[in-house]
Amino acid sequence: MDHLNSYLVLSAILFSLGLYTVVTRRNAVAILMGVELILNAANINFVAFSKFVTHNLDGHLMSVFIIMLAAAEAAVALAIVLNLYNDRGHINVDEANALKQ
Amino acid sequence: MADFIFWVIWALIVASAALVAFGNNLIHSVFALMGTFLGVAGIYIFLNADFLAVTQIVVYVGGILVLLVFGIMLTNQITTARISQSSVQKGLGLVVVLGVAAIILTAVLPHDWVGSTLPMAFTDTVSGIGKLLFTDYLILFEIASVLLLGALIGAATLARKEL
Repeated sequence: MDHLNSYLVLSAILFSLGLYTVVTRRNAVAILMGVELILNAANINFVAFSKFVTHNLDGHLMSVFIIMLAAAEAAVALAIVLNLYNDRGHINVDEANALKQ
Repeated sequence: MADFIFWVIWALIVASAALVAFGNNLIHSVFALMGTFLGVAGIYIFLNADFLAVTQIVVYVGGILVLLVFGIMLTNQITTARISQSSVQKGLGLVVVLGVAAIILTAVLPHDWVGSTLPMAFTDTVSGIGKLLFTDYLILFEIASVLLLGALIGAATLARKEL
């Protein structure tokens, strides 16, 4: 717990699991969950470097803004997902390809 | 003791995030995501970030997670307790993600970070964050307020019945 690497490994694992969720899930809400995992991984890194390397609060500020962005992103994305559901009756992103035709 | 708690939280985060990524039941995934968010809040406490730990619980568990649950409830026929979800291209995705993880770890771990074993002593971060928000980060703070207003109006407009 007093070494930077334990936090970096945790963050890398969290990022990888989030990336796997984003690339393999078909459900749009599940993909949003993957995005949240990735943002959390980035936050852990910012705060860990803030404690162990830079020794100031700049990393904390960056994390505050990331959390704020995540909240805004979740609200807008869910509004889009609701519209997709009203239009199609499902929210599978691999079938939402009307622009391709 | 603190060491033991740290590794318990560490394992909780990895296990619940794995359930989010690999689980078949969407509701289980959302509740596992709550475990991840609470675990990350615990990690923030170990990292001396008291303000961020509380913000994490308030915004993620109290806000984003509730939004996600609403998203699931409004976009599925709730006739059975089991709301399944499926994945595509699992093998290829796993290969790519393991490759990305290997690249990250080989890039990050061998590097000798300055002070990687010299943590900063605990100080109260709330007043420091407040001061920085209204001095060095003032423009970002104002842009963030405009962005939140835009997101609020945009989400409300998009979610209306007649667009």
